[in-house]
Parts: sequence; C-alpha cells; structure tokens
Amino acid sequence: MFNIEHKKKSDILKERAVVLTLGTAATLAILTTLGILFSILFQAIQFFELKSFWYFITGTQWHMSHDESTFGAVPIFAGTFMITVIALAVAIPIGLGNAIYLSEYADNRVRKWLKPVLEVLAGIPTVVYGFFAALTIAPAIVEMSAYFGLEAAYNSALASGVIMGVMIIPIISSLSDDVLMAVPSSQRNAAYALGMTHSETIKNIVIPSAMPGIISACLLGFAKAIGETMIVVMAAGLRPNLTWNPLEDMTTVTVRIVDSLVGDHAFDSPQTLSAFALGLVLFVITLVLNMISLQQIRKFKEKYKINRL
Amino acid sequence: MSHNPFYDPSLSARHRSAWLFKLFTKGSILFTLAFLLFFLFDMLKTAFPAIWQTYVQVDITYSERTVKYTNRAVHKDYRKIVSRAWLRNIPKQVEKNPDLMGKTLSMWVLADDQVDQYMKGHHHKLKQKQINLIEEFKASGKVSVEWNDIFFSNGDSKIPEYAGIQSAIVGSVLTLLVTMVLAFPLGVMTAIYLEEFARDNHFTRFIEVNITNLAAIPSILFGLLGLSVFINLFGLPRSSPLVGGMTLALMTLPIIIVSSRAALRSVPESIRHAGYGLGLTKQDIVKDHVVPIAMPGILTGSIIGLANAIGETAPLIIIGMIAFIPDSPTSIFEAATVLPAQIFTWAGMPERAYVEKTAAGIVVILSVLISLNAVAIYLRKKYEIKW
Repeated sequence: MFNIEHKKKSDILKERAVVLTLGTAATLAILTTLGILFSILFQAIQFFELKSFWYFITGTQWHMSHDESTFGAVPIFAGTFMITVIALAVAIPIGLGNAIYLSEYADNRVRKWLKPVLEVLAGIPTVVYGFFAALTIAPAIVEMSAYFGLEAAYNSALASGVIMGVMIIPIISSLSDDVLMAVPSSQRNAAYALGMTHSETIKNIVIPSAMPGIISACLLGFAKAIGETMIVVMAAGLRPNLTWNPLEDMTTVTVRIVDSLVGDHAFDSPQTLSAFALGLVLFVITLVLNMISLQQIRKFKEKYKINRL
Repeated sequence: MSHNPFYDPSLSARHRSAWLFKLFTKGSILFTLAFLLFFLFDMLKTAFPAIWQTYVQVDITYSERTVKYTNRAVHKDYRKIVSRAWLRNIPKQVEKNPDLMGKTLSMWVLADDQVDQYMKGHHHKLKQKQINLIEEFKASGKVSVEWNDIFFSNGDSKIPEYAGIQSAIVGSVLTLLVTMVLAFPLGVMTAIYLEEFARDNHFTRFIEVNITNLAAIPSILFGLLGLSVFINLFGLPRSSPLVGGMTLALMTLPIIIVSSRAALRSVPESIRHAGYGLGLTKQDIVKDHVVPIAMPGILTGSIIGLANAIGETAPLIIIGMIAFIPDSPTSIFEAATVLPAQIFTWAGMPERAYVEKTAAGIVVILSVLISLNAVAIYLRKKYEIKW
C-alpha cells in the first residue's frame, strides 16, 4: 500500500506565511505609485492654495522675485513641447527605420550584432548625453546657424531636442522591432504571392498590421522625452521663453523642477511648491500616455493572439 | 515585352521605390551607428589628456612660517605655477615627518591647472612672464608630465588639478549596495508571487498595471517622492546613500520584476508537473526547481537594472546628492555624491581643466556600464536553454 503522509499543521502555516510575505512584497509596487501620487499631490494642493490654478495653466508670465512671484506655466509647457517635438522628429523616422531594417532586411548574423550595439546606445546615462549636447552639439549648431546667417543660443532648444531624439531611438526601435517580428509571416507571403515588392509589402501590409504596437512605442518615446531631465538641465535654458524659434533658449518642466528644488528656499515657499505642481502635471501626462500605450499594445496582442511582448 | 499579359509598365518605378525604401532603413541604421562611433570617439578624445598630469621641480622651504602660510613655501615667482592644493598639504607632511622642519628641499610638485593646460596645448590663462618661466623650466628638465594617479586616489576638489573621482565612486558603491539589497529580493519575491502564486483577480491585475506604470514614470518624480517621504516625512539624512539607494531601488524594482517574470514564465510547465507527480508541494517545486532554472534570466535582468541605476542622476540631484564631498563617505548615513552627479557638477564648472576630468569620469562610467552589459549578454547566451 502507499504510505500517504499528511501535511503537518505547522507546515501549512509556514506555507501560508511564505505566500503572505511574497504577496506583501508585491504590494510595494502599489505603495510606491500611491507614495509618488500623494507626495506630489499634497504639496501641489498647498501650492494651489497660495497661487491660482487657473493662472498656472493659462498664464504666460513665470517670474520669481521676493515680493511678487507669478506662476504662469504656459512658456514652460511650450518649451517642453518644442523640445519633445524636435526629439520625436529625430527619433520616430530613425527609430522606425532601424526597426524595419532589423526585422525585415537584416539577416540573422547582422541582427545578432546590431541588437547589442543598440543596447549600448540605450544604456548611455542621460547625464552623459547632456554633457555631449552642451559640449559638442550646441556649439556646432551655433556655428552652423551663423553660416546660414541665423543667430542661435548656446543653450538652444534644438541642441537638447536632437540629442534627446537620439536617446529615444533605441526605445522606439526595440519595441517596434519586437512588434514587426510578431506580425505573422503568412501575411507577408500572401502579399508576395500577389506580386508586391518587398517594400510594398512592408508599407502596405506589415506596418499597418503592426500599427498599434508602433503607436505604443512612439507614445512611450513621447513620455520618456517629456520626463527627461539631465539632457535639458545641462543643455537647455533656464529662462521660460514663449517662442516658435527652436534656435532660442527654452526651458522645460523638468528643468524648472530641478531649479526650484536645488536652491535654498524654504520647503513651504511657493518656489519649492511650484516644483510639485509641475511634477503633478508631468505625472498625469505620462500616466495617460502610458495607459493609451498599454491599450494599443493589448489591441495588437489580441489581434494576433500573441502572449509574449 | 508588350505582349506579356503580366507586364506592368510601372514595374521599374516600383523597384526604384523599393530600393529607395531599403536605402532609407539602411541609412537610419548607419546614422545610429555613426552617431555612436562619433560620440565614443569624441568622449575618448576629450578624456585622453586627463591621464597625464604636469609636475614641476621647485625648492620647497619647510619652516614655522611656511606651515602657517603655505604659499610662502615656494619662491614668489613660482607661486602661480605650483598647485595651491599641494602647498596646503605642507602642514600634514610636516606632521608625518617632523625631520622636514627647517629644511629646503628641491621637490617635484604638482603644477597648477593652468600650467597643465598649457603643457597639453589647450586654452590657458597664463601670463607671458609665466610662460617664459615654464619654457625655462622645460629647457632645464624641471617639468615633467606624468601618469595622473590623483584622478583615482582623490575626492572632489575646487582646485581642478587636485580633483578626483574616489569619493564619488565610494558614494556610488554604497548607494548601489543599498539599492540592490532592497530591490533584488523584493523584485524577485514580487515576480515569484505574481507568476506562481497569485490568482488572476482584480487585485493582481491592479498590481500589474502599477508595475508597468512605475516603469514609465519619469525618474525625476521618484526624486520628489524621496524628498517628501524619505527625507521630510521619515527624517532620514539628506544627501545620504541610504536615501539615494532607497529611491533608486523603487526605480529598479519594475525592471527586475518584469525580467524575473519573463524568466520564470520561460520555465516549461512540464517541470512543475513532474514535481507534482512526485508529490512535491508547490513551494518545494518553486524553491528547488523553478527558481534555480530561472536564475540566470533573473540575474541578467538584475544586472540590467543595476546598470540603469548606476547612470541615474536626476532623482539623486533632487535629494541633494550633488553636495561638495571631498572625502569618501564611510557609512550610508553620511552625505555622499555619486559618479554621475560628480560628472554633472564638473560639467558646470567654469575652469577648462574640468572638461577633461568630466570626460574621463564619463569614460569610467561608460566602461563599467558596457562591461555590465557584456556580462548580461554573456550570461543570457551561456545559460539560454531551448526547451
């Protein structure tokens, strides 16, 4: 006969304790999100008790002084937007080009080499990019503009935007590459059978199928660009400047956050609290972008019944 | 050709557009590679002069007076070409070796950063008189350019020729130690819970959404959390590796969780079923079989998380880790700075001599990161199991 052992009561308790510990560790992710949300929210509410919320989101004067400070964040949002748009203008075409080359044209040997090289690019710390932008790219842009008879600032929005774009390339290319690889090859073969060229297949069949995933990748790149700090702190301006000219200096949300927290202000002064108000805006925007991005990638997964990605 | 029923008159145009499209994708890859090469070359070129440091041979007088006023230890004409920081060490030298008192010795002394820049052919602010003096020294062999060991043995300094990365490296190591001690067990535990034990309910899904959101939240907001919760609410010491490490741990957590889950998921179900078949409990199977098989994948993910944390700067600036730290911290409660924050501070210095130091710091951090990446890729290749 089989000798059936019964579980001891102490063993059952022990097992329950282990699962409980593991589950507690898992809730830390929730606690962190809540911690970030509330630490920013409380301070931001304090700020809006002192200063008008309406003026914060519509005002165009961001000006600090001892007696009368005004906090109109429109020029700051405009600067963030300008630099982000420049970054995406660089990163989306090149990132997608990389992804298409890797997934459609490159043979396995080349792919094996190129993937780790792109990972190196993704691993470069942003403080290094910032130094590079300030030391090498910004002066080059000033010289180039002078050649065309234009005047560029040494901390132009263009310099930080271009380098930020390079920083985002690996984010867009690696996710898009995964998505393009996941498009079933039966679709490609059907297109070839109908007499399409390779590029027509990619443009008319593969990319439209992969579109939700590509959109998701671009949104993640967008969120990354908005929240990027070191590049703009080192290479962009401090002065809130409402302009359409990318050769002028502009400032961003993250630059203002760093600037108002590094100085020697009291913790409950409007200067310090304004950092949390700006942080709240950043939090909400990245959260929304991430949610849309997740929803898009889910759409793609459901369409092709893919579980990995 | 015209009688071929399949002839498409636009075919050559279509082929041309196919060729152009391929060219565009190739061009974008080439741009990316060219940027990486140019960037690495530019950094190495900027950093290269930092491996040398200029020394000059001058007479140093040790006396009661020069211990008090250290810049009197050298002849008045030489004061501008000798490092002030070196002279400030005279009292310490005498303390160590009292025999020096009352002697005048001909010594090799660290040169001023302007002299160093002049010797390296960079922009400098020396006056003609000092340039003549150096040329004279050169002719008589009293100037020498030597291996710069100060860069690794000294901490930060406001005097460029005396500044090094030692205190920043110690700060980085302490901070990352805190980070990994917290993030590795917590991340792996979360991954095991979600992958092996959690039921598929709303709560589990809420945790999952939170994890993906955490990965997307800008790093600077973690700095705001560290500032208002760890420092202001818990009262932990500002600028300390403890707070820095805790903040970075929260950022590294999602990376470790996501990669550990992928590693656990890649362990085939048959292993678990075999365990059940032998009468093992779920916990025994997870502990003795699933986790050990998934370990290489978990470690790879953790190394990538660690590499991310090494280069992270923005949240650490917010919690004050850009303080001026000349001496290495000895515990996780003392004020410290980290390597990327040191790079940031030096990048903002007006003296030309800091540019090469900044680039040298960057070369150090990039070498660490690239080797960590290489280790991760090697681990992944070596232990990859095709089931």
